[in-house]
Amino acid sequence: MFGLSALFLARFQFAFTVGFHIVFPAFSIGLAAYLAVLEGLWLKTGRNAYLDLFKYWLKVFSVVFGMGVVSGLVMSYEFGTNWSAFSQKAGPILGPMLAYEVMTAFFLEAGFLGVMMFGLNRVGKGLHFAATCMVSIGTLISMSWILSSNSWMQTPRGYRIDEATGRFLPVDWWQIVFNPSFPYRIVHMGLAAFLCVAFIVAGVAGWHLLKARREGRQASEQVRLMFSMAMWMAAIVSPIQVLAGDTQGLNTLEYQPAKIAALEGDWESESRAPEILFGIPDMENETTHYKIAIPYMGSLILTHSLNGKVPGLKDFPKEDRAYSPLLFFSFRIMVALGMLMVLVGLWSLYLRWKGKLYDTPLLHRIALFMSPAGFLALLCGWITTEVGRQPFTVYGLLRTSDSVSPIALPNIATSMIAFIIVYFIVFTGGITILLRTFAEEPHPGEHGPAEDQPQRAAGTTQVSHQPPSSPTAGAGMAE
Amino acid sequence: MTETAGFWLPVVWALLAATAIFLYICLDGFDLGIGILFLKEKDHDHRNLMVNTVAPVWDGNETWMIFGGAALYGVFPVAYGTILPALYLPILFMLLALILRGVSFEFRFKSESPMSQFFWDSSFCGGSIVAAFMQGVILGTLVQGIKVENNVFVGSSFDWLSPFALFCGLAVVIGYALLGATWLLWRCEGELHDTMRRISYVMGGLMLVMIALVSIWTPMLHTTYMQHWLDMPQFALVAPVPVAVVVLAAALFLGLRNPRSHLLPFIATLGLFFLCFSGLGINVWPYIVPPTITIWQASSPPESQTFLLVGTMFLLPLILSYTAYSYYVFRGKMSAGHHYH
Repeated sequence: MFGLSALFLARFQFAFTVGFHIVFPAFSIGLAAYLAVLEGLWLKTGRNAYLDLFKYWLKVFSVVFGMGVVSGLVMSYEFGTNWSAFSQKAGPILGPMLAYEVMTAFFLEAGFLGVMMFGLNRVGKGLHFAATCMVSIGTLISMSWILSSNSWMQTPRGYRIDEATGRFLPVDWWQIVFNPSFPYRIVHMGLAAFLCVAFIVAGVAGWHLLKARREGRQASEQVRLMFSMAMWMAAIVSPIQVLAGDTQGLNTLEYQPAKIAALEGDWESESRAPEILFGIPDMENETTHYKIAIPYMGSLILTHSLNGKVPGLKDFPKEDRAYSPLLFFSFRIMVALGMLMVLVGLWSLYLRWKGKLYDTPLLHRIALFMSPAGFLALLCGWITTEVGRQPFTVYGLLRTSDSVSPIALPNIATSMIAFIIVYFIVFTGGITILLRTFAEEPHPGEHGPAEDQPQRAAGTTQVSHQPPSSPTAGAGMAE
Repeated sequence: MTETAGFWLPVVWALLAATAIFLYICLDGFDLGIGILFLKEKDHDHRNLMVNTVAPVWDGNETWMIFGGAALYGVFPVAYGTILPALYLPILFMLLALILRGVSFEFRFKSESPMSQFFWDSSFCGGSIVAAFMQGVILGTLVQGIKVENNVFVGSSFDWLSPFALFCGLAVVIGYALLGATWLLWRCEGELHDTMRRISYVMGGLMLVMIALVSIWTPMLHTTYMQHWLDMPQFALVAPVPVAVVVLAAALFLGLRNPRSHLLPFIATLGLFFLCFSGLGINVWPYIVPPTITIWQASSPPESQTFLLVGTMFLLPLILSYTAYSYYVFRGKMSAGHHYH
């Protein structure tokens, strides 16, 4: 049907659902850490602006977290519905890791989320802060497990293959979990999540700084505080992220040279290789058109030596090559965005030193413009690493075409359309609510869910904020 | 040693998986039930109140379903890889319904226009109904049996469109509505409490009819199911189930009749759910993909099951205790003026 195969649709569906999903966990990881920092600083300094910001961003967290849960639910079943052959073969290794992720992380997050959202007046400050930290730790543990699983698919270790069934059987769990690309990936992804949130926070703050300037008043203390915090993150974390990305590149060169060749658009393996800045890789004719290249830079970046040998796609059989035209651009967009983040961070340092951090509308405008930059870079990075693993699901061992379920094309086409429609509705709804939240300036005495009971009202019906009841009064339950 | 491990590990895991699924059914059951009850309860403030009884805990409730998926994947990959393709469409509809319903929790509180309010309320209610119905269909299709050859599903995409499976779907919707109504009866007071008490009567009656019909229908599906009711010692295991159903049904209605009784109907309903679930489990045992794949054939190697079991032994009690803590923090009656007492 229209030249579409079930395999292609299964891949497209996976890309679509995981691409949609990853945005929310990344947002949650960064935001939970930010919330923990805000609450910690509030408890330490007693400065109320921190609490106001905490409540403001908690409203955002509740929306983002819910969207992460439901879109993640889809992922935990999609492996079975669309990739049952992969699940049966890699299940003995990846299944337990996912189950550990649920047990050590998801439950922790979900279990303490309620207290974090609604419990400030019920459990007291100390316990509430503990709950916030638990949620944040939960997001980090979750990230570790899922990245370990993903890294195992990139650089499988500690397994043996059962000859009768073709299944991957665990031999050494330590090697499986701490496989060679895992340490690099977790640092790179963790920093990415923090940067995503830093730039969202900076964007929201930038918007309110510009608005206040237009209205001829000074922006609130809360707005300036969050802008300053976000800019510190940009200035400190972006350069570290560049280093982290560089070391992950070295790791990929060692274990997945074909991926490097594809994302660089290099066809011939050579020493003193140039770095192609722009070009259009052509898989058919095995060349890259319209090249603009810098001599020696390729070797220098990838091997940290002018004479270093850089792989070319022709080193690998045609059927084992990843689709270079996509990787070439996704990789470059990610790198370009990363560089922009570094520049913003550095400029903010300079302006801070000059005392003009809050009086430079151009920086605020750039911050606003760059608010989705972290997420775009994150998605481009994931496209690079996942498409770069092709045509394998378990790198070098299990082909994507041997991983798919025996599903009928109409089924997967139906589900694809249904996912697109539902995700469109959900995404539109979520973005609308987030933008509406962002449009309000965080202010002193911010009302947040933390202060309320779960009693919230929608629309114009304002709930009367009753004083919190004492915990002991709850003992009078019926029966 | 490996022989016995190969026998017992899957048994332990089958029990653990059954426990997780049962916890999911109980916990998400009443919050899906709240969505279903939106059909009867139109009052805006009452609806807010209903949703607020579960707002702090629903994410955790839904996590049990993710755990079920992940555990199946890790421990019984063959079951995961055959059941999911076989139930492709019902699972798809269930997931989409859970997404719409899940985001509606937040969105309905944050929407400003009556239009979007109406939209997210409807998606909360519709999503809850569809998710509950599909869970019943999934259960029914599984009990009815899945066509498998060489560990690959070979049936049709529409095997689930059978009278038995659809009937199970309806039964689960009614069951969840009862669970939701008795939960709200416990957690709310005043007018809403009275409404829920009335609804519980009707749903309780319907639920008993459903239990009776499914109980008669199930043994007729497969001869192996019938055997459980004819052979000793299995008979000794299943015989008390109908008696216990009668006792719990009596408790449910006595609780509903007594205006001072608030918690008993909910507990009795949970008991009924437990009996139905274990009754089905006994019927299906030892198959995980009836009627061909047993828990042993579906298992991942002992190395995988042991690796996961070691952690589960510590983590599951931990999870249960902090989940209980979270419920404890948000205990007590909800009412419009006072939030919590």
